[in-house]
Amino acid sequence: MSSMIANTHEEHAHSHELPWPEQLKANRLGLWLFMLSEVFLFAALLVARFVLWNDPVLGVVRPELSQELGLITTTVLLLSSFFMNRAETAMGQNDQKRFLSGLLTTAVLGTAFFIGVVVMEWNIFGLQGELFGIELFGHLRPSDGVISGIFFAMTGMHALHVLSGIVFIMIVWNNGRRGLYTQEKHWGVEACAIYWHYVDVVWVFFYPALYLIGTAVHAM
Amino acid sequence: MGKLRIILTSAYVRGLIGQLVGTLLGIGFLEAIRGAMGLSPTGATFNLFGTEVAESSFVFGAIIGVIGFLSAAGVLTDWFKWMIGLKTPLNHGAPAGKPEWSRYLNVDVNHKVIGIQYGITSILVLLVGGIFAIIFRIELAQPGMQWLTNDQYNTLFSAHGIVMIASILLGVGAMTNYLVPLMIGASDMAFPRLNAFSYWVGVPSVVLILAGMAVGGWDTGWVGYAPLSLRAPLGVQLFLLGFWINGFSSIASAINVIVTTATMRAKGMTWFRMPIFVWAAVAASLIQFTATQTVGVALMMSIAERAIGLNFFSPVGGGNPILYQHLFWFYSHPVVYVFVLPGLGVISELLPVFTRKPLFGYKWIALSSLGIALVGFLVWAHHMFTAGMADSLRYLFMFTTMFVAIPTGVKFFSWVATLWEGKMSFETPMLFTLGAISVFLIGGISGPILGTVPTDLHLHDSYWVVGHFHATMFGGFIFPFFAALYYWYPKITGRMYKESLGRLHFWLMVPGFWVMSFGQMSLGIAGMRRRIADYEAGLGFEATHILVTMAALVIGWSVLIMVYNFISSARTQEKAATNPWRSRSPEWQIPSPAPEFNYDVPFEVVGDPYDYGLDESTYIQMAPAPAGD
Repeated sequence: MSSMIANTHEEHAHSHELPWPEQLKANRLGLWLFMLSEVFLFAALLVARFVLWNDPVLGVVRPELSQELGLITTTVLLLSSFFMNRAETAMGQNDQKRFLSGLLTTAVLGTAFFIGVVVMEWNIFGLQGELFGIELFGHLRPSDGVISGIFFAMTGMHALHVLSGIVFIMIVWNNGRRGLYTQEKHWGVEACAIYWHYVDVVWVFFYPALYLIGTAVHAM
Repeated sequence: MGKLRIILTSAYVRGLIGQLVGTLLGIGFLEAIRGAMGLSPTGATFNLFGTEVAESSFVFGAIIGVIGFLSAAGVLTDWFKWMIGLKTPLNHGAPAGKPEWSRYLNVDVNHKVIGIQYGITSILVLLVGGIFAIIFRIELAQPGMQWLTNDQYNTLFSAHGIVMIASILLGVGAMTNYLVPLMIGASDMAFPRLNAFSYWVGVPSVVLILAGMAVGGWDTGWVGYAPLSLRAPLGVQLFLLGFWINGFSSIASAINVIVTTATMRAKGMTWFRMPIFVWAAVAASLIQFTATQTVGVALMMSIAERAIGLNFFSPVGGGNPILYQHLFWFYSHPVVYVFVLPGLGVISELLPVFTRKPLFGYKWIALSSLGIALVGFLVWAHHMFTAGMADSLRYLFMFTTMFVAIPTGVKFFSWVATLWEGKMSFETPMLFTLGAISVFLIGGISGPILGTVPTDLHLHDSYWVVGHFHATMFGGFIFPFFAALYYWYPKITGRMYKESLGRLHFWLMVPGFWVMSFGQMSLGIAGMRRRIADYEAGLGFEATHILVTMAALVIGWSVLIMVYNFISSARTQEKAATNPWRSRSPEWQIPSPAPEFNYDVPFEVVGDPYDYGLDESTYIQMAPAPAGD
């Protein structure tokens, strides 16, 4: 008896799920609203940066960071968006091989960016080294007052998004490898791509705010 | 299965165990790393099983604990399955072999179940916050400290503030989740699993806030201003974390409401033919899903400043405490409109039903909700007139603050015009609606005095603020929420509440509130500061304080009458008529309680929603049932 009830419930459930075109419309709107919500998160961090990194004499300031390292990590992240776009386009053309390789390349470049920020710029392992005269590891410590506080907050919040993006890409890659996406129906791929591009665009605003704008100072 | 077994294996019990285990695992994990690195315990340490635990480990543990709650309760199961590529059909109804009521104790995706879960949790949390208020209110009744220490007093008023805000957010969730899909003719919300997540993530957040009282409490009030929050006991960490976690609930639920309204309206339901409450829900959601992020940043920064020594707010390292206030109020001012807008929506929704007249100026009311939401973003710094910010900003924010009166005034005039020459009847929901208008008027009129810089300099941080804020919250949320509970009680349970007890509740609460509100304001003018545990005898405060305390007790008892009414009526009262209020709204045209998927046959909107009393006007037409069904 109870199993019969369960069965009818099951049938009901399927008949009452939204038709796919409508669900897709809802999914897209929901994701974009989430992205808009995150604009406020990153904007608040940017505002905090311009409030806190403001010296009465020097005006807008920024920490002394390795310009070369910043440029390299930024290039790597921008490049990854290109491969993400390539992967998504390949999915639309049913090119499974290029889709998977595009995703993997994106994930690798994303990981390189993550290492560039967390291991090298943050220097969590306290390393030292030089390559072609470029200082490889940063010198800011959490205890350096506001000059490091907002730096760690901005790069940390962004790195968290990069990390979750990499996890997202690997999940989509794994599901894609098993053939769960089709040319017509691949919302997971689309969502992953939008999210990754978004994280990339955030860095386009963060990079100049952290590395370029203002007078470089040691400490405040 | 036995009742006890179902309760003991419910998602609440599993979640709480998961939270405890997660917390301990998280603490242990970070302590092990810290131990390996040779770090000694730092920050406000906590003694756990005889070892000193660092504050950072404690925070990490608390975060893992929330994930533990959600995993153990089963909120994340479908997403975990999706990650490994499994199909996850939505399951409706109680699982095989379990009674229907067990759905309310477990993770369920139906918007009505979630709405009721929100509602019951909201009332429970409201009672907890109310008890806190009664405890310190009794302390304030007489000068001198009678039965609380200063620290206990500080923790209680701080917890009262944030617990009530959690309760109100849950109440807003209850109304929007239960009503929006029903009102627009949808079978559920656009994202049912996300909807469940929105509710369930609120539960561990409340647990965190309450647990904060047990680990030292905190003395910052619900605003958690730095640098005081940076020196407060460990409890403040759990308060900040609980507040922050609750933000996830707000953001997810708000996005869900907007998407549902935008994509799932019934045929013919244009934006200006939606029930007016839906407008209010959308306007509130617009605030919720954006502004919540900024307070999240402020809270995360405070947590990080305490736990890992990053510097943002403490002037010692070059930080800026005013920055915290800006980030905090950029959310926390608009959020009062998140509380108030659904409440005002309920007033606009109920008035035409009980006056049997069209709602006056539908479009203006709809747009005034958006107007309030928009202007609400431009006024935050009026909380900071005395904080030491630039003088030029004061005038700007004084001006924008006065601007709020325009859309709010639109609502008031429209309500009065709707009441004008109406055929009014005074059942409990209508009484509470009228009570809401009267109380919100008190709150509204006492506001501009605080928004004006010269008077604010005198009244800032006085009991006038307490009176003003409670009047806006009671008028804008609590009274309309109670009106909504009485009004939709027959829809939810299928039975009618006891009218006599409902009226008793109203006639105790309204005068009680007036006394409390005017008492608090007059104390403020006389010079009583807020958030102070004690006052000297002979300042002329005593009589008013006793009056306010007694009024608070009356309000407390009256709410208990409502709870008793709802519990006993669900068992003993006779079945309610399908449409006891003769409403035109679609949710009253179907049986009560509403079927699992709301409308077995879709309806079409053919007219305007509030044309009460107009001959031959119809709002909705039920489509004819398919033949042979």
